[in-house]
Amino acid sequence: MPKDHGIGASSKRREDVRFLTGKGRYTDDINLRGQAHAVFVRSQVAHGKIRKIDTSDAEAMPGVLKVFTSADFDGKGGVPCGWQIHDRAGNPMLEPKHPILAEGKVRYVGDAVACVVAETLEQARDAAEAVVVDIDELPAVIDMKEAVKGGALVHDELGSNLCYDWGFIEDNKAATDEAFKTAHHVTTLELVNNRLIPNAMEPRVAIGDYSQAGDDYTLYTTSQNPHMIRLLMGAFVLSIPEHKLRVVAPDVGGGFGSKIFHYVEEAFVTHASKVVNRPVKWTCSRSESFLTDAHGRDHVTKIELALDKDGHFQAIRTETYANMGAYLSTFSTAVPTYLHGTLMAGNYKTPHVYVNVKAVFTNTVPVDAYRGAGRPEATYQLERVIDMAAREMGIDPIEIRRRNFVQPDEFPYQTPVAVQYDTGNYQATMDKLIEIADLAGFEKRRAESAKKGLLRGLGVNCYIEACGIAPSNLVGQLGARAGLYESATVRVNATGGLVVMTGSHSHGQGHETAFPQVIAEMIGIPENMIEVVHGDTANTPMGMGTYGSRSLAVGGSAMVKATNKIIAKAKKIAAHLMEASEGDIELKDGKFSVAGTDKSVDWGAVCLAAYVPHNYPLESLEPGLEETAFYDPSNFTYPAGAYACEVEVDPETGKVTICSFAAADDFGNVVNPMIVSGQVHGGLAQGIGQAMLEAAAYDENGQLLSGSYMDYAMPRADDLPFYKVDHSCQTPCTHNPLGVKGCGEAGAIGSPPAVVNAVIDALQRGGHKHVTHIDMPVSPSRVWQAING
Amino acid sequence: MYNFDFVKPTSLADAVKAMAQEDAQALGGGQTLIPTLKQRLASPAVLVSLSGIAEMKGVCVGDDGALCIGGATPHATVAKEAAAKFPALAALAAGIGDPAVRNRGTIGGSLANNDPSACYPSAVLATGATIVTNTRKIAADDFFEGLFTTALEPGEIITEVRFPVPERGAYAKFQQPASRFALTGAFVAKYGSGVRVAITGASENGVFRWTEAEKALSANFSAGALDGLTVPSDGLIGDLHGTPAYRANLVKVMTKRAVASA
Ligand SMILES: Cc1cc2nc3c(=O)[nH]c(=O)nc-3n(C[C@H](O)[C@H](O)[C@H](O)COP(=O)(O)OP(=O)(O)OC[C@H]3O[C@@H](n4cnc5c(N)ncnc54)[C@H](O)[C@@H]3O)c2cc1C
Repeated sequence: MPKDHGIGASSKRREDVRFLTGKGRYTDDINLRGQAHAVFVRSQVAHGKIRKIDTSDAEAMPGVLKVFTSADFDGKGGVPCGWQIHDRAGNPMLEPKHPILAEGKVRYVGDAVACVVAETLEQARDAAEAVVVDIDELPAVIDMKEAVKGGALVHDELGSNLCYDWGFIEDNKAATDEAFKTAHHVTTLELVNNRLIPNAMEPRVAIGDYSQAGDDYTLYTTSQNPHMIRLLMGAFVLSIPEHKLRVVAPDVGGGFGSKIFHYVEEAFVTHASKVVNRPVKWTCSRSESFLTDAHGRDHVTKIELALDKDGHFQAIRTETYANMGAYLSTFSTAVPTYLHGTLMAGNYKTPHVYVNVKAVFTNTVPVDAYRGAGRPEATYQLERVIDMAAREMGIDPIEIRRRNFVQPDEFPYQTPVAVQYDTGNYQATMDKLIEIADLAGFEKRRAESAKKGLLRGLGVNCYIEACGIAPSNLVGQLGARAGLYESATVRVNATGGLVVMTGSHSHGQGHETAFPQVIAEMIGIPENMIEVVHGDTANTPMGMGTYGSRSLAVGGSAMVKATNKIIAKAKKIAAHLMEASEGDIELKDGKFSVAGTDKSVDWGAVCLAAYVPHNYPLESLEPGLEETAFYDPSNFTYPAGAYACEVEVDPETGKVTICSFAAADDFGNVVNPMIVSGQVHGGLAQGIGQAMLEAAAYDENGQLLSGSYMDYAMPRADDLPFYKVDHSCQTPCTHNPLGVKGCGEAGAIGSPPAVVNAVIDALQRGGHKHVTHIDMPVSPSRVWQAING
Repeated sequence: MYNFDFVKPTSLADAVKAMAQEDAQALGGGQTLIPTLKQRLASPAVLVSLSGIAEMKGVCVGDDGALCIGGATPHATVAKEAAAKFPALAALAAGIGDPAVRNRGTIGGSLANNDPSACYPSAVLATGATIVTNTRKIAADDFFEGLFTTALEPGEIITEVRFPVPERGAYAKFQQPASRFALTGAFVAKYGSGVRVAITGASENGVFRWTEAEKALSANFSAGALDGLTVPSDGLIGDLHGTPAYRANLVKVMTKRAVASA
């Protein structure tokens, strides 16, 4: 019997009641009294010197309160980057200022040059059109390899477009190079990890609300991490101390990474609301989202794999160009380095790994973390090159992987790229995959496809990721400018109900359902006695927010710690009430009992005693039942799995249809299997979207060619098959109290190589032997071109 | 959007009068025009909605057997009501956009707009349909004048489209992955007098007739009849979604598929 409550139950997502009935409360639903509206004047060119900004006509237009330019932010800081990388020589990365409004130069199409604040949105729009920006256009820096050769500079003062040239681990380089010299076989692959536009359903919104009465500020914003925004904006940009700044991120309609970062618009509305002494609201249009939300991925990589004669991996060497865009967004510098290089060992025992990454400034919108962030890039190149090597050496692609797996008895396993995998069983997930994907039936299905004139192919790959980020002391050494712990306050009410105030933020993940399941299990009370509060710095403890599949692993662990403190105190109270010794108290099914007796007192009575302490050990115990805990993980968690994709290729048109997709994941313990399946489904849709459809494209002048849904192809339901997902292979995480690993990004990390491997397999089996690689998205025209190229 | 006045006449005569105002523009289903207005790329003074004019809506059969579709008829109505008489046209209409687009967007709006990737122009050209306006009748061969341009005069309203129903016909559309408009679409129509083939989505000059295919198919109406033909890629569209050479390939593949399913 599956459980119907607590850990392991597929409890229905309680938040969906409001989401599905239109009762969600998003930032744009908030309208404050006296609110004014902001419309940004954005650069139409990718690169240029600002000669003059004439705001006089705009300022004279009806309803205009003020037109802001960079001069209005004199003395304010730029939006900071949260992670400092040191290059191969030990020098810090080049770090330009990212001003709130462009200073002197514009650096990408969409760069904010000025901003009109007016009584109504339409008045602000009208006036924005009347702002005259005189720009001397400069040659745009778009192609990364060209950018590092010299020529035009995105930031003149830096003297180079190369942000950093990073080696990981530099000490591995010599031995890696040596291993290549003696290798039996070397497979080399050059590929592009295509640039993506996040496209959260809810565009970004920010409302600044300065109160003269308290000389304090509230920012309502679409964020995955309100505390981090408060810290970054308060400390680095506007110099507002935390106690004068509240940040609220209410319901957020999807983030996928793009709402982690501190954006200039947030700082703008916060400051502007003080200047005009009115709340100031900015709502991003969809077109503006395409131009200004931080994009994802955009790596150009050469990967080499050295093997011995039996297909054992000897060494991996990579060189990657990573696009930073025009400025350094919050986590941008960490994505191609510590979130990417550390995963290059994959699920395999490769003795030597060396990763080189060149981060490059270009005249494009900043690039930052997007679901998976660095780990999809690592997985894609590794799992593609393995497939290619298997083909070149005539070894079955599943067999070559099995030969190189870290074996179940080899954990903890220290990789050559710094991280130590605590646990895993890659053979088990591969076995499970073969079963659920019915790989035995592939040849039969292939014959059926062939009858229709279609080429069927099978792609299989593994993935591993590091999530549950992250040990603060470790990331601190690596350049993080923040800690990555998480927090929770558990407040028990007098009548036994409970509120968890978490530093995590739920924007689709289902925390409001899953977190209570854990506490319900721990105490033995119904889930509906527990509420989750998140998203407001005024009523949650300082926490780092939600990204990197960290909420349950890190935020959930903090909650478990706080709940354990609650239980410990409640046992003291129960002992007092039953006149027993604390050590004899047991908690089960919401009842405290004295071991070996029939004495008991229930949860509610203990809670009541804590708040109505008439019969209470006041001399030794404070009244009340509320505890806070911070949890800092001792390691990353390492979800892993094996994925299989079957495709049909129409050789006449190049169209690829995904026939089936199976995912066998090891997420450790699972709190809510239904939510986990949902997370995998969503991740797969995004990964398949990247592999099949999505591509952000700039022309050589830096104009975004894929600036709307007319040209940017989002995956739709009918692009996707019914998935087979399984998470019954469970090797619990060894270092967090729940044994959970995180599941939010896996689907997006593991799926792109499966799709591309399947397409190449289809073409190879179909006789198109010259096709060994196609860059994503594997669109009809690219596949046709490859066949006929 | 900029401000504009809005009128919704209930007769064609009133619509024609309203269109005589300065900077007046017809509004069909708004599926193209409203997004354009939202982006502030157009600034009409008056929008004249055609959706309240009963005489411009619906599907019927004319005295000459032609299928007549009112200029303000939404795609969804065509998909339903043309199905018995002209299934190929009904299927084309059923494949446009999504349900919202099909229930708002109209045949008149689609033809007046003449998007080079739109579906209807191929059906109109392949059947040699007649476009009826408030002032005249225009033959399909004279109507389409290149990207987003037609023979319509300013203020002229498409009131009806008359399709001679072919003995056999079919539309084969290859979707552009993002917009799902036609990356290339082929409409094939076979009459006693011969076969007509119109291609949309492919050419920089908009919808066109593929005369070599018409000749080959008039002699032998089978997909195999096209095997020997090649399509030059000059003048075909090259963009993010396909090169001219790719579209040239699709012209042939989609035409063959249309013939096979006709
Ligand atoms: C998401 C989406 C997907 C789509 N997919 C497809 C597709 O797959 N295939 C396809 O072919 N189309 C597609 N379309 C376009 C759709 O078919 C529209 O209906 C069409 O482009 C315009 O028709 P409308 O009635 O909405 O015209 P409107 O947007 O109202 O007007 C368009 C233009 O035509 C003029 N006009 C309107 N009616 C008349 C008339 N009776 N006489 C003279 N001028 C007139 C207007 O003044 C305007 O200039 C799609 C549109 C959207 C939004």
